[in-house]
Amino acid sequence: MPLIWLRVAVGFYGVGLVYSILLLSKRGNLLAKVVEPAVGLGLIFHFVSLVESFVLSGHFSLASIHNSESILAFLAMVVFFVFFVGYRTVSPGVVIFPIVFLLTLASAIGQKPVTLTSPLLRSGWVFVHVVLIFTGYAGLFLSFGASLLYIVQERSLKSKRQASLLTWLPPLQTIDEICYNSLLFGFPFMTLGLAAGSVLAIDKYGPLFFYDPKILLSFLMWIVYLLLLYMRWSSGWRGRRAALLATVAFVVALGAWAANYFSRVHSFRS
Amino acid sequence: MNLIVIGVNHQTAPVEVREQFAIPEARLPEAVKCLASHPGVEEAMIVSTCNRVELVARTKDGQADIRDCMRDLYGVDPAPYRQHLYEYRDRDAIKHVFRVASSLDSMVVGEPQILGQVKEAYATARAVGAIDSQLDALLSRAFAVAKRVRTETSIATSAVSVASVAVDLAQKIFGNLDGKSVYLVGAGKMCELAARHLLAHGAKKIYVGNRTFERAVAMAKKFNGEAIPFEKLYDTVDLADIVISSTGAPHTIFRKEHGEKFLSKRRNRPMFFIDIAVPRDVDPEMNKLDGLFVYDIDDLQQVVTSHISDRRVEADRAEAIVENEVDKFLARLQTLDVVPTIVSLQEHLETVRQAEIDRLRGRLGTLTPEQEMAVDALTKGIINKIMHTPITTLKTAARESSEATTVIDLVRKLFNLREVQKAAAAGETTAPANDKVEVQR
Repeated sequence: MPLIWLRVAVGFYGVGLVYSILLLSKRGNLLAKVVEPAVGLGLIFHFVSLVESFVLSGHFSLASIHNSESILAFLAMVVFFVFFVGYRTVSPGVVIFPIVFLLTLASAIGQKPVTLTSPLLRSGWVFVHVVLIFTGYAGLFLSFGASLLYIVQERSLKSKRQASLLTWLPPLQTIDEICYNSLLFGFPFMTLGLAAGSVLAIDKYGPLFFYDPKILLSFLMWIVYLLLLYMRWSSGWRGRRAALLATVAFVVALGAWAANYFSRVHSFRS
Repeated sequence: MNLIVIGVNHQTAPVEVREQFAIPEARLPEAVKCLASHPGVEEAMIVSTCNRVELVARTKDGQADIRDCMRDLYGVDPAPYRQHLYEYRDRDAIKHVFRVASSLDSMVVGEPQILGQVKEAYATARAVGAIDSQLDALLSRAFAVAKRVRTETSIATSAVSVASVAVDLAQKIFGNLDGKSVYLVGAGKMCELAARHLLAHGAKKIYVGNRTFERAVAMAKKFNGEAIPFEKLYDTVDLADIVISSTGAPHTIFRKEHGEKFLSKRRNRPMFFIDIAVPRDVDPEMNKLDGLFVYDIDDLQQVVTSHISDRRVEADRAEAIVENEVDKFLARLQTLDVVPTIVSLQEHLETVRQAEIDRLRGRLGTLTPEQEMAVDALTKGIINKIMHTPITTLKTAARESSEATTVIDLVRKLFNLREVQKAAAAGETTAPANDKVEVQR
């Protein structure tokens, strides 16, 4: 049953994806009126799916890697909606919708193959660790998306051609605020998530856990994250430079994600 | 009317070229005098705004070369700029003047500033004695046409002025303008207008910097703002989010190195420079800095082209009004054209009448004053009755331009009236035709 709800959610997120593609291909926003309710419904079905799968398994679990992708997508969508309510703009969705769609799709079509059996995953602490870090990721995604939009809007303003394509973009300063505030929003989650993970890992593996590639990458990401915030705060970095750093953070985040496959600590195959 | 208009505007020339031709306010009287004293030029005026420079001249015989005069005015040969210059004569020239005054030729169609600018140019030319009856008639008609266009069409009401375009752009950058500050560099009209718009959209603080500090103070007072001495310009501009510059400086005031300094002082918070000065105050290179946006007057034009198309219908109606007014004006000019012919015709007949009365006086013997008056009335009555139809025909013919000259020539031939002087034929209203009328016996 959760899988069905998840697939329904994927369908709704698909509307968001098509919306993004239409916007980027300059076809105008045919779906502008339906995109908000569509992804909103997607989020609700997604939520139902997650709750049901937890209820079915009887505990908060990350029983499969695909399930965690689903959670990450869900959190990214939640963070997106938090900012949507604050700034009344769908535009960061141009970047967020495709990511969310792909993550949810991967989760929806491949529920079976990799089933992680490590009992560790049944621990509530691990769940907290993962949710915190994922929320941090979501903030980073949003900030990354917004910083790309910032560049697009800046270019359009500088080129002085008021292409109709860009009327959907919010004012530069709004994009900038989304960029900064989503970073600020994600950072404490990321920090607490890493701290929780570290405590867990020290408890279980001892200090050696630190040499795990995923953990190294995660800390690297955290440092880039911190650097982003610091540059932003101290010298007002925005636009191209901020986007560059955000891209680095994003790539490191992807690396950290992919590192599951080389990681001893995170492979969870007992 | 041998009218010539030569000019450049925002459509024919980029700002780099218009800078070459712009005439600063202070030099305008001298420039108009120079144009008016050019050989063959009878009357002249010059309109110079940031979007256009128009040299308007009425010449004696339509032969005078105004381009020649441009060399004196600018010290540059206009030849390389040929592709940017337009030239209108007679009917087209009249139409152009009407269109300019009615704001149909404006960058932002329907914007109200241009009429004021034309009026100022007219006043300047008048003050130096460059305007006589004909340009006077043309300009007063042009102002009336502008008023008609404004009241009968809605182009003015829906006009997007340069100022409101600036506000739109500022909102694209800053979103809400609440609490944003504005720095006016130069205390010109356009600056004031733009500032007013920005204030109306929530901008809070206004700073004014001007070379003449008193003017800055006066302007600052209007907005409850703060006047800043010009020497402190570079140290204070970074206080503002939006800078509107419209000084008459011949060189750029803000260059890239200044921009870098402002940005570092502002910790890279974006700044918006609106440069409405021609020649430009802000080096376009500054636009390349991250977070710094520079729009000059031409860039604003690009933004408004889209707005213009929305008002196409209204603009078409306005164009029709202008066409109609041009025809009316020409008709009036031509009615004026037949006046000298009518006058010489009447004078000619009066001379004939007097001569005949004198010739017959001997045969009539002494007449009582009553009889004298009766003879006078009789002869005058005959002439007036006979002349009524030809004069009416002349006036009617004059209104139908194609026939006018034929009829006038015919009348002149029939009555053997001497060629009236060119100036009078062109319709001088103040000076009566002073030709000697030859009377053939």
